[in-house]
Amino acid sequence: MKISTGPRLGLYLLLTPLLLTLALLILFPHLEMLNISLRERISYGVYKFSLTNYGEFFTEPLYWITFVRTAWMSILTTVITLLIAFPVAWYIAKVARGKTKGMLFLACLIPFWVSELVRTYGWMILLRETGVVSNFLQWLGLVDGPVEMLYNDVTVMVGLVYTSMLFMVVPLITTLDGLDDSMVEAAYDLGGNGWNALWEVIVPYAMPGIVSGCIVVFMLTLGNYLTPTLLGGKDSLWFTEQIFTQFITRFNWEQGAAFGVLLLILSSLIVWLGLKLSGQSFRDTMSR
Amino acid sequence: MKNKLTGALICVGLAAFSFSSQAEELRLLTWGGYAPQPVIDQFEKETGIEVKVTLSNNEDMISKLRATRGAGFDLAQPSQDRIIGAQKEFRIYKPLEISKIDESQYVASMLESTKGSTSVNGKIYGVPHVWGTSGLIAHTDNARQSYRFSDLCSDQYKGKVSYRLKRPTLIAFAFDMGEDPFAAYNDPVKYQQILQKVEQKLIACKDNVKAYWSGGDALINLLRSGEVTLAMGWDAGGWKLSQETGNINFIPPATGALGWIDTFALPAKGKNDEAAYKWINFVNRPEIAAMITASAGQFTASAGAASFVEDGLSNSYKASFDQAALDNIKWYPPVPAGLETMEGKVLDRIKAAH
Repeated sequence: MKISTGPRLGLYLLLTPLLLTLALLILFPHLEMLNISLRERISYGVYKFSLTNYGEFFTEPLYWITFVRTAWMSILTTVITLLIAFPVAWYIAKVARGKTKGMLFLACLIPFWVSELVRTYGWMILLRETGVVSNFLQWLGLVDGPVEMLYNDVTVMVGLVYTSMLFMVVPLITTLDGLDDSMVEAAYDLGGNGWNALWEVIVPYAMPGIVSGCIVVFMLTLGNYLTPTLLGGKDSLWFTEQIFTQFITRFNWEQGAAFGVLLLILSSLIVWLGLKLSGQSFRDTMSR
Repeated sequence: MKNKLTGALICVGLAAFSFSSQAEELRLLTWGGYAPQPVIDQFEKETGIEVKVTLSNNEDMISKLRATRGAGFDLAQPSQDRIIGAQKEFRIYKPLEISKIDESQYVASMLESTKGSTSVNGKIYGVPHVWGTSGLIAHTDNARQSYRFSDLCSDQYKGKVSYRLKRPTLIAFAFDMGEDPFAAYNDPVKYQQILQKVEQKLIACKDNVKAYWSGGDALINLLRSGEVTLAMGWDAGGWKLSQETGNINFIPPATGALGWIDTFALPAKGKNDEAAYKWINFVNRPEIAAMITASAGQFTASAGAASFVEDGLSNSYKASFDQAALDNIKWYPPVPAGLETMEGKVLDRIKAAH
């Protein structure tokens, strides 16, 4: 008796912290949010079950347009980040050697030692009308008056790509590190050119890294709050900002919770769609 | 096993004990500048109570207290118009015991009006602390006399305008268009009509806006650098710039500045009410109130503090407000629940418009 229950009890005891974390910090809050999102305020402290909060998202164009805009800009950010990060990762993983390699990796990492808020303010100091870039251009004589580079979608994009670089570079370096150089040589030996080697050897090999990097960057961008709000200015709309506004400035937790649930479902759907279209499976990506 | 359990219990007990034996503290939920360090130091020296300050704003205060059902803080400072609605809806405050507050330190009229506007079922939930107004902050190079809120929409300031995308802006434009939004507070249909007019106006002149400001410091930066030359903002920001630059100042618009009073209110599950009352009575002493005025740039409801306020601020204030402008201040009445949802949608649509 004692022998059989002993180890099992130990196992459960060891599992308890993990299960508690999962249940209390992830599962329970989400269920509570779902619960809040499904009720409607009638009067002071009186609520009833209703789907109006979800209906609001689909009937008020403002909200779903904001979501589509956010999703679209996040996808674009992911693609741009991938295009910039791939050569960087390739250089660090395959071309650079020894000390240089470590230095370059560190250079990618250093900006992330300060908080995102500070980095975003850095961009604001550079790009504002009385900022560094504007003054420099005037000093060069390239422009007549001050130029405003803040408060538009391109700036938001620059900020988002900058913020997500590291999360693309790291998984790419990890996968590319494992690529045997002889496989690239073999591609050339078999008569392929640089393009063939990239497209038929390197990219398929790096696919798990690309996919996991893309998922992380997409999710981070979609859930980003600071960068779009600070750099975006008067026309910027970001879905997380809508959720924040509903919760904090409107006290409309019901609507905010509905938006939160919708964000979770819709973004998972987009990731699933992306995996399907690129022919990858989530399990393969994560196990590699 | 049993021994271990006992051991763990003892540990927990010890932790709880050491927690309770900590020095007495006052957890204050307030605005930037309302609890400057010298004031905190002096309070700690006199009473031995440690003050822990959390900076916030009206919406954030309600959200924080709502999330904990009124726990986590011993004293909060919401504006007087935001107490009744929040209290009815979320029950986040407890009534004040007025007998514990030294009323002789107050400007009597302000105390009475705040008591009136923060009462629910005959119980008083707020006493005044700091008051101020929202109006226009402008570069006053040209010797122009009168400004209106609708100047924010005039071509003269195209691309050089900033305001907050929040409810005061809607109220300001409603007054400018000849409406009385405060009178329509309890008439949702009428209020919706007013909001629609304001929405159209603000969307039509959105091109004028450089950026919507969200923090007082961000606005001051925009005005100081000249990137913005006309803004809707708080009087304190205007006075600060006036003392710094000389040519920027706060101007009450023709339809009247919008007046607010920030109060003291007790969160429902505050643990140290005695310390809270001590703090209220402490900061209302004229010399302490003057220190807060110097730090926040805003005047207080403490009687007799004016004579302690430094000349620079006092002069800027006089340049902005003559007696007529003071009498013309539109004080916010308590906000009924439900209005904010209507306003919220309008603000969202303005933000989304192109």
